[in-house]
Parts: sequence; structure tokens; C-alpha cells
Amino acid sequence: MVTVLGLYQPGDSLAHRTPAGVKLLVLFCAVTVVLVLGTLWVAVGGVVVSALLYPLCGVRARYVWRMLRPLLPFLALIVGFQVLTGDPWAAVRTCAVLGLAVLLSGLVTLTTQVSTMLALFERLAAPLRHLGVRPDRLALVLALTIRAIPMVTVAWQTSREAYLARGLRGRPHLMVVPVVVGLVRSAEAMGEAMTARGLD
Amino acid sequence: MLQLENVTHAYEGRTVLRDVTAELAEHRIGVIGANGSGKSTLARTLNGLVVPDHGRVLLDGRDTRRHAREIRRRVGFVFPDPGTQIIMPTVGEDVAIGLRGSGLDRAEIDERVQRILRRHGLADHRDHPAHLLSGGQKQMLALASVLVTEPEILVCDEPTTLLDLRNVKVIERTLRTLPQQVILLTHHLDSLVDFDRVVVMDEGSIVFDGAPAAAVAHYTARMERGATEAGGEPHLRSPDSGEPAW
Ligand SMILES: Nc1ncnc2c1ncn2[C@@H]1O[C@H](COP(=O)(O)OP(=O)(O)OP(=O)(O)O)[C@@H](O)[C@H]1O
Ligand SMILES: [Mg+2]
Repeated sequence: MVTVLGLYQPGDSLAHRTPAGVKLLVLFCAVTVVLVLGTLWVAVGGVVVSALLYPLCGVRARYVWRMLRPLLPFLALIVGFQVLTGDPWAAVRTCAVLGLAVLLSGLVTLTTQVSTMLALFERLAAPLRHLGVRPDRLALVLALTIRAIPMVTVAWQTSREAYLARGLRGRPHLMVVPVVVGLVRSAEAMGEAMTARGLD
Repeated sequence: MLQLENVTHAYEGRTVLRDVTAELAEHRIGVIGANGSGKSTLARTLNGLVVPDHGRVLLDGRDTRRHAREIRRRVGFVFPDPGTQIIMPTVGEDVAIGLRGSGLDRAEIDERVQRILRRHGLADHRDHPAHLLSGGQKQMLALASVLVTEPEILVCDEPTTLLDLRNVKVIERTLRTLPQQVILLTHHLDSLVDFDRVVVMDEGSIVFDGAPAAAVAHYTARMERGATEAGGEPHLRSPDSGEPAW
């Protein structure tokens, strides 16, 4: 199972030490430049460079593949469509731009701790204070959203195992209630633990 | 010092704490009692997670009804299920988040996190995804995350219930070495031998209060009597209704 949570790769490369804000800015600019004025070769070069950045930043090269893998079905669709419309080079360019965007944003994720990212969001959201939004709350909500991913997985696995152990085959709808109840229980317990830790 | 004055509390009309009065001054206090006897509810009143319907809970004279936030900072709480206490993705981040708004700067926070992780054997796991730790490590993390804020009192609600024997011992040893006052709710009776005081709860009341050995003897005798009265049938009792407790 791949989750956002397991992604951070500790290290002390340049990418790790660069502030999150700078990384996001670079990411944004690079993608914009390649998208707006990139020729085919700029785009292809960009993908190659982004892939090379992984080992340079101390991130194992297999993460390049792990990042790109989920993209493959979409790339296949795009290639198929553009080959049909008779423009295979456009297909290559589009794929390269998408690959570049995914690889670079992946690299930001891999080299930035969630808490750092949240601190950045908190600062960026600071102007919203005037609208009555509390930036620290916003950051906490984001953190909890990320935290919810393994929680849902656990609730699902637990209910599924209980379902299978009791020999209830062919009636998967019976799992809905236990999954929801499990989630509500965990959410309640977590809310209470947060209150106890002064994070409410 | 924590004080309970005539604390009574009901959930949906069912009384789970009945007129409990106690002064909790000793350094190590154990709380034991049957399932549903009200231990967790009592513990929750100590830091204002539960505000009793009647009576008061005071920390150095300050009422949890009015000073819940301050009291929660001073009274740390560890829950039975370590999984639900972890909020942040990595071990180090989870410990650090308790220090938000503490006024410490980044370097100081890092330093404190590192120190507490080292003390609890988690220093090598700082950047690990927290949800992938073992149960024992998760509970140790939950404990570290609470201790990093340096509470004066630590309330632990069955912190070892979901752990294997080795981890039970590790957590117990850790609790024993803490400088803080510790109030420990547990079903592991032998972990209370060197405690200063053990309170036995039954049906929402304190039915015994004294030295560990005497308390455990009292509790054991009471439970055996209860099991015999139930006629050997498996029968889970809940305090008020006499209905099964699920
Ligand atoms: N949030 C709640 N809502 C309704 N009833 C509750 C709630 N929490 C506890 N109770 C009920 O209050 C009674 C006392 O529960 P409590 O959790 O304090 O017992 P306990 O001594 O901690 O038991 P255990 O050893 O099983 O943890 C039980 O009958 C329980 O069903
Ligand atoms: Mg309990």
C-alpha cells in the first residue's frame, strides 16, 4: 500500500534543505515554463532532468517508477487519442509535460515533511485571518485529512477480516455498517486524544 | 493536588459515578475495577474531558468546569488504543505537534523532541511513518507525545492493555521512572505492587482505598464472589441496568 504518509524520505540533500516555499515556487515555474513555451525537446529534456534529480537528492531511483506508474493508464489514453488524430509528436510532448509535473511534485513530497508543508500553508493562509479563518486550524484539518487515509484502510481491513472470518461470503454490503461504525469510533477516540493534548 | 468532591455522573440517565470523593496526593496511584465500573469515566474527569453532572474536580483548587484548558495542559492523558492518539505522519512530527503554540522556536522544539525520543527509545524512528510502528512503539510514542509538553500529572487509562508482555514491562518501567505523579488504570494487578496507593472501583463507587496488596486482595475476592453468584454462567454485567454491557 502506498500512502502519502510513507512518502517522506529523510535526507540532507539540497532539496531537503531548501525551504518548502522555494520548492513549490520552483515546481510551479518549471511546469509553467515547459507548458507555455516548451518545445518537444524542452519537455523531453525536462523529464530526463527531473528523473535524474531523484538520485541527486538522495531519493532512491525506484521512486521515479513508483511516481510514474499510476500515470501510465492516462498516458496510454492520451497517446492513443493523439495517434488517432494523427499527431504522435504532440502525444510525446503531452506525456513528457505530465511526467515532468508528476516527477517534480513527487520530489517535493519526498523531500518535505508534512509538518513543514503545513507550516507553509499556515503562513500562506495567514491573510485569511481577516475573513475569520484560523490558519492553524486549516493546517490541522489538512494534517487530519492525511491522517485519515491509513485510518480508513484499517477500518476497512478490520471489518473485512471479521466478515471473512464469520464466513459471510457474497454479501459485501454487510461490511458497510461496521466500516462506518469503526471510522466513527476511531474519529471520536482521536478527537478526544487531541483534546487531551490541547490540540482542539 | 487533584481532588474529587462528591462527583456524580450519568450517561443517558445511567449513573456511572456515584458520589465519589477523594484526594489524590500520592506519587503513584493505581485504579482497578471490573469492566464498566467507571474507571475510565473517573479518569476523564481528572482533566476535564468529562465534566461531572454533580460535584467538582479540582486541581490545586481550580475547577475543571472552568479551567479545563489549563488543567489539560497540566494533566497529561494516555489512552488504551495507541492507534488513535497519533495525529501526524511521522514519529518526530507527532511529538512536535504538542509543542505548537508553546512559544518555543524551531531549534528548541527539535531539541526537545530529540531528547524525549531518545529517552523513550524512539530516536532511530524519528522520520518513520508513525502508523507503521508496532503496537508497543506506538504506545511509547503516545506517551512521549504527552510527556514532551511536561505535564505535572500523568493519567494513564490502561496503556498496556493492547500490548504483549514485553511491551507491558517496558511501559511499566517507563512509568515507574517518571518524575511526575502517575495515576494508572489497569487490569494488570501485579504492576501495582510498588504503588503508594490503589483505589478499587465497583459500580461507580470507590469500594476500597489503600495499600496495593490489600486492594488487590479485596478486588480479587469481590470478583470471585461475583463470578460465583452469576452461577458460573458467562454473564457480563453493567452497573445500573443489570443488562449485558454491550
Ligand atoms: N461516552 C459514553 N456514553 C455512554 N455510556 C458510556 C460512555 N462511556 C462510558 N459509558 C458507560 O459507563 C459505564 C462505565 O464505563 P467506563 O468506561 O468508565 O468503565 P471502565 O471501568 O473504564 O471499564 P473498562 O475496564 O471496561 O475500561 C459503562 O457502563 C459504559 O458503558
Ligand atoms: Mg476503561
